[in-house]
Amino acid sequence: MSKPKYTIAVTGLNAIDSPGPGLAVIRALKDSKSFDVRIIGLSYEALEPGIYMHDYVDKTYQVPYPSAGQEVLVERYKYINAIENIDFLFPNFDAELFNYIALKERLLNDLGIKMSLPTQEQFEARHKVNLYEYGKTHEIKVPFSQMIFSTAEIPGVAANIGYPLVIKGKFYDAKIAHTAEQAQSHFNKISAEWGLPVIVQEFVHGSEVNVCGIGDGEGVTLGAVPMRKLYITDKGKAWAGITLDDEKLMEITTDLVKNTMWNGPFELEFMKTDKDEYYLIEINPRFPAWCYLTVGAGQNQVEALVNHEMGMKVEPFENYEVGKMFIRYSHDMIVDIKEFEQISTVGEL
Amino acid sequence: MEKKTYERPIIKPLNSGLMNKFGTRTEYTPKTHIDGVKVKDLLAEFGSPLFVMSEDKIRQNIQSAQRIFETRYPKVQFAWSYKTNYLNAVCNVFHQEGSWGEVVSMFEYNKALKNGVPADKILFNGPDKTDDDLKTAVKNDSPIHIDHLDELYRLIEISDEMHIKPRVAIRVNMDTGIYPMWDRFGFNYENGEAWDAINKIMATDKLNLIGLHCHIGTFMLTPSAYGVAASKLSALALNIKKRYDKVITYIDMGGGFASKNTLKGSYQLGTDAVPDIEEYAEQITSSILNAGFETDELPYLYLETGRALVDDAGFLLGSVISNKRLSDGRRSTILDFGVNILFTAFWYDHKISPAQEFSQYTEDTVLYGPLCMNIDVVRENVSMPPLNAGDNVVVHYVGAYNITQSMQFISLRPAVVMIDTKGKPHKIKSSETLEDVEKNELLPTHLNKFEL
Amino acid sequence: MKIRKNVAVSDSGFLFNPLTGDSFSVNPIGQTIISSFKENKPESEILENILEEYRVDKNTAEKDLNDFKRMLENYKLID
Repeated sequence: MSKPKYTIAVTGLNAIDSPGPGLAVIRALKDSKSFDVRIIGLSYEALEPGIYMHDYVDKTYQVPYPSAGQEVLVERYKYINAIENIDFLFPNFDAELFNYIALKERLLNDLGIKMSLPTQEQFEARHKVNLYEYGKTHEIKVPFSQMIFSTAEIPGVAANIGYPLVIKGKFYDAKIAHTAEQAQSHFNKISAEWGLPVIVQEFVHGSEVNVCGIGDGEGVTLGAVPMRKLYITDKGKAWAGITLDDEKLMEITTDLVKNTMWNGPFELEFMKTDKDEYYLIEINPRFPAWCYLTVGAGQNQVEALVNHEMGMKVEPFENYEVGKMFIRYSHDMIVDIKEFEQISTVGEL
Repeated sequence: MEKKTYERPIIKPLNSGLMNKFGTRTEYTPKTHIDGVKVKDLLAEFGSPLFVMSEDKIRQNIQSAQRIFETRYPKVQFAWSYKTNYLNAVCNVFHQEGSWGEVVSMFEYNKALKNGVPADKILFNGPDKTDDDLKTAVKNDSPIHIDHLDELYRLIEISDEMHIKPRVAIRVNMDTGIYPMWDRFGFNYENGEAWDAINKIMATDKLNLIGLHCHIGTFMLTPSAYGVAASKLSALALNIKKRYDKVITYIDMGGGFASKNTLKGSYQLGTDAVPDIEEYAEQITSSILNAGFETDELPYLYLETGRALVDDAGFLLGSVISNKRLSDGRRSTILDFGVNILFTAFWYDHKISPAQEFSQYTEDTVLYGPLCMNIDVVRENVSMPPLNAGDNVVVHYVGAYNITQSMQFISLRPAVVMIDTKGKPHKIKSSETLEDVEKNELLPTHLNKFEL
Repeated sequence: MKIRKNVAVSDSGFLFNPLTGDSFSVNPIGQTIISSFKENKPESEILENILEEYRVDKNTAEKDLNDFKRMLENYKLID
């Protein structure tokens, strides 16, 4: 039987030192045994490395920033789709997900572009500011956290959870405070940059373990692979990691997917304490940049997800190889200025 | 050979990683017509700058909001929030559509009366009501929404003096999980203050408690907060029924629904991030319907929605005075309107479109107003096509709070035009004149003359 | 006004400055002006050409041309 050929568009081509997941998703798609693929890259800036990696990306189009609004985005997709006839789209940036969730029906009905995304409710509920409540609802340990709006509220929360504690921005940034003075100074810095509220979170001591997986929207975990980072960059990104054999973590994951009816890809970030307790730190509703490790470990989750969304019957993965590692490397491409000119002026390459 | 349309030469750095030109299209889609009338014609006839209100859009907005609430709840009454826009023509469009009046001062109260709103259909809100104000409202049987204890006690005394039992509601503030909490108005729910006020009213027999009012904030992006507020007001109403066997006839949810404007500092555009009225309606109506009222005792739902019903019906038309290059190389454009008449420029990144066709080339631009004041900035950074002196622009979503908050400062305030549903423009306010501004000035005789 | 050698504008309006490594985007009228400078046309002639080709008054064209020149200087594209 001949394999189908899909045209799949992918964002997050910024394979830089703090990489977007785009290239990893593309490599997984290229490795697919069940379908052939034409990759359409979607870039925001002219220097995203993926634009110039022609072995992976067949054609790239510039797309508007999320802040330009949904109407502009739809207009751009109408144009791109008229040329490319996109079957499937992988948004890979946190900041763009809000728009894509809102546009899911429209892109599907008007342009025939499929996406696999959580619902707006699932997306909001797992947001950092709501995560503690989320944990309570779904019976998962989440470090105690509270939104605060002024430094006057710090002593009250600190009396409850003690120092050290973590001060977190609404969207980004987290700093550990060991004293009230530090907490206050972190609050000021973070609120100046990310606005209010600021989140004060209980500090959980342990090692970080992550899970990359996919949910089918009906409670079934189609795939899940746990990983521990072996080395992190100064920006806190994984440099190397290794797959784990951790039944308890897998159990927590499948329960979470079952309880939340999670739809689409996810990355769960946990802190594992010395007492083997798992605290959920964050849920990312997309594939992480290290998702190619799941392919290496025997679960091509990206391929499985596409097949699932294309209406194929997909059996959940039952195994993965434990002790598989990824080690990230950087690589200097040589690029002609003509290519930079083209993506900069025409918006296509 | 016919000459080409001119566009000034532009050179723009590419490697800055800023907004690419495939990203800002909507900002420079030209807005050449409003309700079928040419922007250029409006400016030629009525002068620049100029506020334009669309009657059609206002009617669509209020009709749609009524439909949205009435399909979810049986007893709904809108009251037009005068402070949002109290041009008589605007108010009367709302009144023609069935809206009552909602006022927060005697000035607004008199305006509503003069417009012909029956006094018993004017909701009197706000912390500033003098004894005379209260007496007028009592005499006219207008529902008075009590803001604080002093007002409550004064009303009891006035009721005693006048031998009239005023119809009152109390304003309740509460924690709905949003920040900032508007606890400066009304009586607090959580600490029992609201219930104390209710007990006080029920104990006197001088006041007729008919409603409960709240107004949880402004430009609320979280519809669920309304659900919380409606539940808490419903709980109070049911408690009053249980304790005093008194049926509360209305729950007033105030205003605060967001318009499609983009708040400064917001990552998403207002048109994408702002909830639809359906979402607020769903929260409010389901909370009241699920609160446990007897069917025949279901309270009326009053809504004082302002901004969300009128913001997108208002446009500000203006002209380019000049272009300037700032010392850091940025382009700046000086417009003939500033924060004196576009007060909301302090908290919104207003959408501003050119009123004429342009190519796809844009430049990052600062838009300044004409005032000789450093704070007069209309947009701090916007990607605009090259505008020439004399070109026109249209600012969108300015129907709320601009005409009422505009100030006469340095220059005179512009005219306001309303385009009727048939596409005919009517002047609804003339532009200010020197005489208007000096009308109330008095000059002592010894200051009459001088020599220079 | 002398444009730095090796500075060239492509048809798509892409301009690269080999001395600094900066790239720019230039609109069509800007491209024409830069080419004219490269051909050593005097400013008066460039201005005349603009007036002939476009619907624009002399004051505006002159003002904009001066501004454009300042930007070329600012971006170090002038010798």
